[in-house]
This record gives sequence, structure tokens and C-alpha cells, in this order.
Amino acid sequence: MLTQDRAVQDEPAVRRKCLIGLTVNGEPQEVAFFPEKTLLEVLREDLGLTGTKHGCELGECGACAVLLDGQPVLSCLVLGLECQGREVLTVEGLANGPELHPLQAALADLGGTQCGYCTPGILCVALALLRDNPAPTRAEIAEALSGNLCRCTGYHQILDAVQEAARRMAGGQP
Amino acid sequence: MSRGPLQVIGQSLRRVDGRAKVTGQTRFADDLALPRMLHMRLLRSSVPHARIVDIDTSAAERAPGVKLVLTGAAFPIPFGILPVSQDEHALCTDRVRFVGDPVAAVVATDEWAAEEALGLIRVTYEPLPTIADPEEALAHPEPRIHSYGEEGNIHKRVAFDFGDVEAGFAAAEQVFEDLFYYAGSTHLPLEQHATLATLDPDGKLVVYSCTQTPHYLHRALARVLQLPAAHIRVVATPNGGGFGGKSDPFNHEIVCARAAMLLGRPVKICLSREEVFYCHRGRHPVLMRLRTGVRRDGTITAMELHTLLDGGAYGSYGVASTFYTGALQTVTYRVPAYRFRGCRVFTNKPPCGPKRGHGTPQPRFAQEVQLDKIAEALGLCPAELRLRQLMPPHALTANWLRVGTIGLAECIRKVVEGSGFRERHRRLPRGRGLGLACSAYLCGAGLPIYWNDMPHSGVQLRLDRSGEVVAFCGATEIGQGSDHVLAACIAEVLGLMPHEVRVVTGDTALGPVDLGSYSSRVTLMMGHAAIAAAERARTLVAEGAAARLGVPAGRLVFAGGRVFDAEEPQRGLSFAEAVAAAEARHGTLGTVGSYWPPPAAGRYKGAGVGPSPAYSYSAAVVEVEVDVDTGWVRVVRVHIAHDIGRCINPVLARGQVEGSVYMALGEALMEEQAFRRLPSRLSAALVHKQPSMLEYKSPTCLEMPEVVTYLVEQPEPAGPFGAKEVGQGPLLPIPPAVANAVYDAVGVRIDELPITPDKVLRALQERARNPRRGRVGPESFPHIEWPRVVRVPTPGEAGEAAAMPSPGAEVRP
Repeated sequence: MLTQDRAVQDEPAVRRKCLIGLTVNGEPQEVAFFPEKTLLEVLREDLGLTGTKHGCELGECGACAVLLDGQPVLSCLVLGLECQGREVLTVEGLANGPELHPLQAALADLGGTQCGYCTPGILCVALALLRDNPAPTRAEIAEALSGNLCRCTGYHQILDAVQEAARRMAGGQP
Repeated sequence: MSRGPLQVIGQSLRRVDGRAKVTGQTRFADDLALPRMLHMRLLRSSVPHARIVDIDTSAAERAPGVKLVLTGAAFPIPFGILPVSQDEHALCTDRVRFVGDPVAAVVATDEWAAEEALGLIRVTYEPLPTIADPEEALAHPEPRIHSYGEEGNIHKRVAFDFGDVEAGFAAAEQVFEDLFYYAGSTHLPLEQHATLATLDPDGKLVVYSCTQTPHYLHRALARVLQLPAAHIRVVATPNGGGFGGKSDPFNHEIVCARAAMLLGRPVKICLSREEVFYCHRGRHPVLMRLRTGVRRDGTITAMELHTLLDGGAYGSYGVASTFYTGALQTVTYRVPAYRFRGCRVFTNKPPCGPKRGHGTPQPRFAQEVQLDKIAEALGLCPAELRLRQLMPPHALTANWLRVGTIGLAECIRKVVEGSGFRERHRRLPRGRGLGLACSAYLCGAGLPIYWNDMPHSGVQLRLDRSGEVVAFCGATEIGQGSDHVLAACIAEVLGLMPHEVRVVTGDTALGPVDLGSYSSRVTLMMGHAAIAAAERARTLVAEGAAARLGVPAGRLVFAGGRVFDAEEPQRGLSFAEAVAAAEARHGTLGTVGSYWPPPAAGRYKGAGVGPSPAYSYSAAVVEVEVDVDTGWVRVVRVHIAHDIGRCINPVLARGQVEGSVYMALGEALMEEQAFRRLPSRLSAALVHKQPSMLEYKSPTCLEMPEVVTYLVEQPEPAGPFGAKEVGQGPLLPIPPAVANAVYDAVGVRIDELPITPDKVLRALQERARNPRRGRVGPESFPHIEWPRVVRVPTPGEAGEAAAMPSPGAEVRP
């Protein structure tokens, strides 16, 4: 006979929520959550910002990428507690009101999004890339996005879209 | 009514759901949350094969936050996607069959509490011997993993002879026989499976789930939960990638629904990535023996294919998969006589099912690599060998499949010219090579999964005085762009733009049945239904507008959001005014369209798998660099041409082609759903070697080579606006083209996938010892007792008028 169970556990510790303040998409927020929660979970579950996706919750797929103080991070590897006083940008913060960011428009127009599940992470990483390097080569774009898995597109239309967005942002045709 | 040039079809427009996807507004299943929602987790078996002696859930039931614990006792009725293999229980009742089989469920106030409580469930198993692979399954009929099936651990065996196969081989001047193996791989959609179930205000069940087949899930829920189907609403949320992996009804969907019913509260589950690997239903590992008889000029006289499929622990689509490993071998080239033997066995591993190409990429790999060997042995150009014996259009194959248009010759010409194949093949420096391969695929399965005589797809349109057109259809958006295709077909007929059509899809309560997003069926079948509904709507609107304008309805043109007189274009109405006129004349406006595929030509038992309204064709040339010191294969460039009939949206079509190429390269070079047996002190469990996205290697954008895509448009009369499928077919030629390119580069044959550096190196070392050798691949095919052979005369033998012309008559001067 074989048995399947885990080690008998002690009485679970009392779980208390913590409260932090941070800036999300330009707006100050206060949020309470259990301290073991990742930034990904806080965004999705406690702030209702489900635009940020999860594909593995182990830092492998890139779907949950957001910008933390301007830098791309995998929000599944950042504790919510680490974000006190910091600035987070998610896919919901990209558009200017009803007007899509050029990266969003280019991905939508050029086939850079199929199922759309990897798209929010790709948008955040590409946004940081174009801020630091407004005219990246295709190889530089690929390098920047190499941590973002996409199972639909074969990547080329994503790379096309980022190049096109860079062109539009540099003052090319809208 | 006048019909001008196409306005929408063929335009690279932004997909109708594009904005939602780039703003994060697409609501995937796990993005949904409802007030009072509870969370569910499943306890999955840690052993691969055992009788369940006892499940003690008492401690879990007392744990903080726990609302409900369920076991197999709550699910006495089995289910399964195919009527012939209803072999799954939502939670295992008395037996577990693979590591990952769900045995219990906990519903709690949050995921954390549910997960903690899983650890308090104590399951006692009586272990049973395990079956790790097909050879073991054939050698050990006992213990049986299932009590149904053919015998022992054989799930399904099929044996067909189409035509006089022995005479075909006797007519051959040379016979080639090879063994091939195609490893299993998984879909790896970025989105983990998730389901939210709740009771609506009427107390009826609503299930939101990332399923490719809401209609089949609807049926499974009605069966297992013993509810009238009319009291269940299934909403397929947009799938974050499917690729076939969300086509089965799943345990978690059914358990979640039951829990919501028992608790009267919303219940959600989202699987972990590890669970997704274990749910699987992916590519069957297939061992193949392929014998082909040819004349000296390469003309095929007969073909014989044996396939052995490792099915995993449950039926899933496996019976269909077994037929599919043989069914489409005849639609690309003229095969005058064909023998097929297929066998699927059960093993104690996650169940295999449909993955992009469903059962056909494996034998396609075998056929196209063998053709490369034949071309070399006979001193022929691989392109010529294929071009001179393409299946003729509008003819019946040896196994009675009716093909329509075939744009394959044009596809081959495109990739051969684009890559410089004729000038460069067999002429590049060592380490660099080109490989060519072709393929064909279905545009929708000709038969539904359960027998019925109702339409395969239905579309309902509602129009009103606002000018809004709403299209309702059960079709499911899995990223492939089906919502866009629906809107585009309707927009084309009504003179609108796709964004002006609102689409409501994947909801069994709101839309008519569409069988689901599988078998590359949606564009063709839903497209026809959409056009039919839209044409009826146009007639109604034209009648209203004609009366208002005093113009004969037959002279009206629908274009640019207007309805106007062809002879006097300024005389017209806005589309909304025209609809209002029609509403005044006819009353409330609504139309429907339905699609039934044509009946299959074959009348033999087993003829139901393979027929399709049309077939798409693809050709590819892959260029590789092989490092002879490391065995590393780098794909430099891929030229791929796809016979799409007519392209509805070139941007989306190119995305499907390139996505297929990408997925195929993963299978060709690195992806493998591999298992290992733990030491006996660790339960001897058969566990996944790499159930994580980091360890299960898939190509990133750094591995993705340049892809040159050619869309070949030769409108298919059976397709909507002439369109054929594009989502699956372009995957098929890539793995064999890679293998053929590796041979061209370094002279070794890797007859099994994936082509990993260790295999290339092993073959190179063997070749260094003996220049006549240099192959890695299977060495033997086990003995299988085949059932009584179903002998079917070919259409030619049966005197069928549309039979395939005999090869001799066609190619001999």
C-alpha cells in the first residue's frame, strides 16, 4: 500500500494582511493583501487589473512583465511588499485616454497579437526598450523580447510591429 | 443584386478583437471574478497506476476556509470527447491511471486555503504494474489499464487495404522501407486552463471556460451532471492559445460546475502550469513503418503504412487520431494502392489527443523524408519527383477522399524559386543544407464527433433601425481570428467594414451551435453559414430600400456603408436608413445561415475520418546550418508557401502560417513530452521530465529563423469566397524539411523527432566510422496482431467516374 499525503502540519499561523501605498499607472493606490502575495497577484486580485497575465508564475514565460520604476520586471517574481512607494506601469496604463499607444496600434494592425495572452507583457518590455533605444535594430528587439514566450505568432509580426511603432514614434507617418 | 469587386475579403484590416487584446481588455477565463466567489484546487494522483483503497478527507473538511471536498463518489457517470471512449471520470472513482489523474477537489475561500487542505487528504493506493510505452503495452496485456478497447492494453486497431496493394508492389521497380519515430509534444498555450462556474439568477448553471469546444463541453456537462442541456449555459472565453489542447471536456470543468451547484456560489479554478503539462492531450508519439513501391522514374505504385500510437491513459480523441495517422497520406500524391494499419495503446501517462495537425504530421514526416531518400536513390530532383505525381484536382483518392482545388504545384514552384533550391540543393558546402517537403490538410472534418444530421455551423443575424448588425455564432476565438472572419464575411456581403459588425461568439445560450475550433473547420464552415445569413439579410434590406428609393432591388449595391442604385450611385440610403426601411416593411429583422459539409464519398466502415469539404496544401524549403562538432542545428531560413484558396485577411493568414512554422520548428528540434520512471523506492511513478516552461524547451524569438511566406490563392469552389484553412496545414511540411535539410548539410539521416544535437552527433560519429551509414532512428517495429482487413476497392476499381486517373496513363509519354 502506498499513501499520498503531505507532512502533518502545525496549526496554521494567523494570516494578517499588510497595507502598502504605491503608484499604479500614474495613480496613487493603497492596497491590503496577504504578505506572501506577488505583485502579479496584487495587481490582478487586489487591484482588479487583470490585463497583466500569468503563464507559469515561476518567471519563465514573460507574460506577467510590467514596469516597476520604469524597469521591466516579471511581476510573478516580485513580492507586493517590495512595492511600497514605487511606481508600476501595466498594460492598462499604456493608452492615452481612448488613443492607443503606437506600440498597441502597431501590434493590433500588424498581426503582433493573436490570442493576446502574451501581449501585455510584450507591450511593457517593448515600451521600456523604445524609451531607452528609440531606433532599435531587429536583433536588439529580439534580444529584448527573448524572455517573452509567444506560442501563436512565430514572433516575426511582433518584431515587425515594434519596428513600426519605433518608426511612428520617431515622427514617421502615424 | 449587383456584386462588385470584394471590398473586405483580402484586406489587411485590424482584427475586430485587436483593440481589446492590446489594451488588456480581453477577458480570459481567469480574469473573471464574481462576488462571493470560491476557489478550487484538485488533488492529483502521485502514482501512475493503482487501485484507490481509501480516501480520507475528514481533516481537509475541517480545515479553515474549506467549504466543500469532493471525491469520485460524486461523479459516477463517465465522460469523454468521443462517444466510443467515455472512459474518464471527473474525479477518479476506484482507479488512477497516470500521475496527475485527479482524485479529489477542495473548494475554499481562497486558493491558499484550498491548497493547504489538499495536503490533509490521505489517499491509500494499492499499486498496480505500470505500462511506460507501447512495447510494454503490447507485451503486457495484463493488468489492463481499461476494461474496454480491443484487447489487453490495445485501445484501437484498424486495418485497411485500398485497391490491390500486392499488385502495386509487384509493379514497383524498387521498394523503399523505413522506420520513423515522431516524439510527443504538448501545446503549451500561454494561458493555463481556467474555469468559473456559477448559478445564474434563475438557478441555472453557467460555466465560463477556456475551451475550444463549448458545444461538446455543454454535452459532457449535461451527461455527467444529469441536467437538461437547456439548463446549462457554457461560455467559451477567448482562449489564450489552444492548438488542440483545450478541445476535450476536462475534469476540472465538470468538478467546478458540480461544486458551484452544490454550494450555490461561484467557484473558480485555474490550473498550475505543471497541471497543464499533465492534462496534456497533445501530439501522440508515433512509431511508423513506411513501405513505398516506385518505378524508376519515382512514380509511386503502392504504399503501406503501419503506425503505433502511444495513447497515454485515456481515450480522448485517440480513435480519431489513429485513423488520422493513415487517412491523409493519399491526398498529396497519386497513390494508386494503399495499405494502412494503425494501432493505439494505453500507457500510464497523460492522455494524448489532438495537437495542430491532429495525427497527420507524424506520417507526413515519414512520407516526406522517405520521398527525399527515394529522390536521392533514383537520382531525381526532390521537387521534380513530387511535381510529376501530384494528386489531380477534383478527383477521388484511393481511400475515397474527394479533393478539390490543389495549389500545390504553385506552392512548390514558389519555395523552390524563392530559395534557389534547384541551384543550391546538394551543392552547398558541408554543414549547410536545404530540405524540401510538402503536405496537405483538412478544411474541417466532414463528420461531427457524435452522429447527427444537424448543421455543423450556424450563424444568426439581428439587424435593427440603429443600423447595427449583430452576429451570433457558437464558434470559439482561440487567437486564430475566427471573430474577425465572421465579421469580415458578413461585412463583405452587406457592404460594411468588419468593425461595424458586432460579434457574439462561443456562448451556447446566445448563439447557434458551431461544433468548435478544431480540425481547421471554422473559416470554411462558419464562413458559409455567415454568408448565407448575410445574403438573406441583404435581400430583406434591399427590399426595404428598393421600396423607399423606387429602384428595383436587383439594381441595388451594398458598399461603403450605403445601399444605392448601381445606375445612379448618388441615389441611395445609408445602411442604417436601409435597415429601417426594411424593418418598416418586414417587421423585426433576423436571419439565419447553416452549413452542412458534403457527404463523404467513401461507404466503407471507417470512411468517416478523412473526408473534408476541401484540402489545403503547403510546401516548404528549410535551410539549415549544422555544426559538425556539436551536432547543433540552426535553421537559417524557411520558405513556405500555403495554398489558402483565397485569403480573407493577409495579415492574419501570414500569422497563422508563421505560427505553424514556429510550432513545427519546436517539434522538429527541441520539444518533447518526455517521461521517466522514478526508482521503485520513489513509487516507480512515470513522471514528466520537464513540466515547466523553462525546462520544456520551446523556441524564443532568438531561435526563430527568417520566414518567407507565400500565400497561393486559387479560389476553392467549396470554400467561402474561395477560402481554405490556414491554421494547421503549414505546420506539416516543416519537420520533414528540416530532416531533409540536415541530410543535405551533413549526410546523416535523423529519422526521429526531435532532431537534437546528441542524435546528430551520434549519426555523424557512425558515419565517420562507416561512410555508408549515419542514421539515427527506430530499429524495429513490434509485432502486432492486426484485425481482419477491411478491403476497399479504389474508386478506379469500382468504376467511379471521378476516380483518379491511373498513374501510368498520366505520366508515361
